[in-house]
Amino acid sequence: MLVHLQGPWSPFIGRLSLHQIPYDNPIIVGAFAFAVAVGIALFAGVTYTGSWRYLWREWLPSVDHKKIGVMYILVGLVMMFRGFIDAVMIRTQQLMAVGPQSAGHLEALHGYIPPFHFDQIYSSHGTIMLIFAATPILVGLMNIVVPLQIGARDMAYPYLNALGLWLTTAGAALVMVSLYLGEFSHDGWIGLTPLTELPYSPGVGVDYWLWAVQIGSVGTTLGAVNIIATIIKMRAPGMKWLRMPVFTWCAMATNLIVISAFPVLAGALFLLTLDRYLGTHFYTAALGGNVMLYTDLFWVWGHPEVYFLVLPAFGIMSEIIPTFSKKPLFGYTTMVLAALGISGVSWSVWLHHFFVMGAGPNVVAFFSMSSMAVGIFTGVKVFNWAFTMYRGRLRFDSPMLWAIGALSFLLIGGLTGMMLAMPPIDYQVHNSVFLIAHFHSWLMTISFAALGAITYWFPKVFGFKLDEATGKRVVWFWIAGAVLVFTPMYILGFMGMTRRLDYVAHPSWYPLLVAEQVGIGLFCVAAYYQFKQLYVSIRDRKHNRAEADAWGSTRTLEWMTHSPVPFYNFAVTPQIHARDEWAWRKERGLTNLMPDRFQDIHMPKDTYVPAVLGALAFVFGFGMVWRIWWLGALALLAIIGVVIWRSFHRDTGYVIPADEVERMERGYLEHAPEGATEEVPVGEPAPGVLASSQAPSRQGAGS
Amino acid sequence: MKSDDTESEDTGGIVLWNDAHPGPDMISTRTLGFWLYMLTDAMLFASIFTAYAILWHNNAGGPGVGQVVDLGYAFGETVLVFASVFAFGVAMAALKRGSHRSVVRWIGAAFLLGAGFLAMEIHEFAALALQGIVPERSGFLSSYYTLVLTHGLHILFGLLWMAVMVAQVLRQGFTEGVVYRLLNLRIFWHFQALIWVFIFTFVYLQGKL
Repeated sequence: MLVHLQGPWSPFIGRLSLHQIPYDNPIIVGAFAFAVAVGIALFAGVTYTGSWRYLWREWLPSVDHKKIGVMYILVGLVMMFRGFIDAVMIRTQQLMAVGPQSAGHLEALHGYIPPFHFDQIYSSHGTIMLIFAATPILVGLMNIVVPLQIGARDMAYPYLNALGLWLTTAGAALVMVSLYLGEFSHDGWIGLTPLTELPYSPGVGVDYWLWAVQIGSVGTTLGAVNIIATIIKMRAPGMKWLRMPVFTWCAMATNLIVISAFPVLAGALFLLTLDRYLGTHFYTAALGGNVMLYTDLFWVWGHPEVYFLVLPAFGIMSEIIPTFSKKPLFGYTTMVLAALGISGVSWSVWLHHFFVMGAGPNVVAFFSMSSMAVGIFTGVKVFNWAFTMYRGRLRFDSPMLWAIGALSFLLIGGLTGMMLAMPPIDYQVHNSVFLIAHFHSWLMTISFAALGAITYWFPKVFGFKLDEATGKRVVWFWIAGAVLVFTPMYILGFMGMTRRLDYVAHPSWYPLLVAEQVGIGLFCVAAYYQFKQLYVSIRDRKHNRAEADAWGSTRTLEWMTHSPVPFYNFAVTPQIHARDEWAWRKERGLTNLMPDRFQDIHMPKDTYVPAVLGALAFVFGFGMVWRIWWLGALALLAIIGVVIWRSFHRDTGYVIPADEVERMERGYLEHAPEGATEEVPVGEPAPGVLASSQAPSRQGAGS
Repeated sequence: MKSDDTESEDTGGIVLWNDAHPGPDMISTRTLGFWLYMLTDAMLFASIFTAYAILWHNNAGGPGVGQVVDLGYAFGETVLVFASVFAFGVAMAALKRGSHRSVVRWIGAAFLLGAGFLAMEIHEFAALALQGIVPERSGFLSSYYTLVLTHGLHILFGLLWMAVMVAQVLRQGFTEGVVYRLLNLRIFWHFQALIWVFIFTFVYLQGKL
């Protein structure tokens, strides 16, 4: 043992003991009971419908990018619910603990959450929302949509894709376990040094945070390598760079950020891990450590991370707005350049997170100006969206409402961001709730876009639409809730309220806190409608069947195959002729989905290896958190062994014969819903429609 | 696939579904992915180099860099790393000729030279630790140990990879899967030599000058 641990440690079970289970805390016991109830309900539901075999054989080992994407989004939504509960608790505590007269419950002097527990709640809220909710949802969306938009069969590395999913899940599982066993970090989602050092945070909380984020980030990085390689290598013939849909461009820009920024986070956390486990002095306050080294390294990742989250949201808005405006996107080229510009400039703004450090006027001026440069690129995008809508035939389906909500909050978040980029203002409101309201406005943009995207692409993946009536209620309650929570928060920030308060000393702030509480109540209503929407949609799925072109005015390639998408995506790889290929074909009446000839399709085989590696990564993380060295070492050796063993496999793919593909395709067309794009019986051309049987393609004629 | 040819106004000539599209070839796709991975590794090293650059004067009263590094010894390590990379390069030339035996032999040589480097490094750090010069002593020593040994860990991983590749060449021959792994290992091994050049320059040379 190189470092001094407080509390007992044994070689066999490390720091684990029964005392680590917080059974004396009624809130956690309640959460545990709730989780158990949900678990039992899920278990019973799966058993009742007899789906165990289906889940075990079709989903767990799947390397299909659509199923992996769906699982990513499910993980993200579950974690988002957990993060939301944290938010409700934070808001309620701040409402209850105002002024010296406020009552205290459950061991808290004021309110109902003692400071140590409160600190864990805001730390887990931030960590979860950014790294285990927003990230998996957006990565999942890119996973589903990018291969479809470029006409690929799957990702470049399907096996690696599944591995990324299971590593992210392992990280999320570690965060969840920390609720019931031990504690979570109480040092903020950013991990304030030297507070995260072992002497000041002697428990396992920071270790949970470290290993969960580390393992999850490895998954995200692998996913980014995969998406970039997929975009570069897997595009359908004819899809030149400037014919790629803007969402795919944004996926490219955002994943360039991941592969350049996430390794820096890995490095920063690695050094902190060494401090906590081996007693080195990277970030300590004594013996030659440097506290600001951590802050710099963290934000060198942390700021690009913000744009990593917002760029896919921009991509989503760039898909939804043209579809529901019945117009092509305004300023395609400037959209692409702006996305790449944001990803480039994301690297030169990190210091604006700590202007108050006092880096000197030149450094501060540089970072101030580079931060404002972000506003230029974002401004280009905002105007382009506005011009796309200008004189368009607008339809306000729920994805469009989400997109417009995202645009509005983008304006608020962006303009307050410009304020914060000015150092004199930043000195005043640094770490106040004004800042919190600013970046939550951004995060509202991201959440709105993500929920809009889920609504928008849901029929593509599942073959039926989400219920519109409840969907619109979700939108309006979310927006109303966000306005009511964050407007008072901006005001409170100006009044001097700092972030992370478990006790509010000024009773004069009480009315604004009440308004925030009403807002979070509206969020709860939105969450209720969210669940109801899922229930209603699944119940009425037969009435909401979607055709290939689910929204009627879509433009890009993913709408050119059936809904739900077959596991092989396109029976025959499409030839691309234009930027919005599907719109181009619709203008010319070339909407026949039946190719003239079929060919064998090579597909990757499903494999349990990624799920096993994810489970081993979880065990490794758990062993390291509790310092059970033998468990961690065994899991690490097992991971290396499994990877080597898998590399000897040669038989990792299989072939679907051409006539089998044809049979499946005919099945899809026969079962297409009424009024589908395929208005013509197969093989019989309608006037103006190029039927493939009549006019064989040039390739076909030649071969 | 010339898409321009198909963009004629004559709708009868438009190719909608391209059944002759070959798709990406496996080796170039896997190599591209590995280059992207190498970029992430470069960024990881960049952050640790940054830590070293910030902390290398922070002796906290303990030994400084001049008392810790031995330029002649590090030069010996450099020779071993470069010789190992050279041997691996010869193995890649043999791969072009398709000679199983040469590939295995030269990878074997690269393995031994790399193992020699690792042995020297372990000896170097064991000697330091025995003198009580340990990473817990100061910020400088923490970053020195971490930077050099992170590189050493990569070398260890490369050696393990070489052993696996020898087994795969012997068992499976030059299948597509084996060839792309050999090419990626080449990228990895050259990259680690490159990182060593930086370590030699910024830690050993700069420490002695």
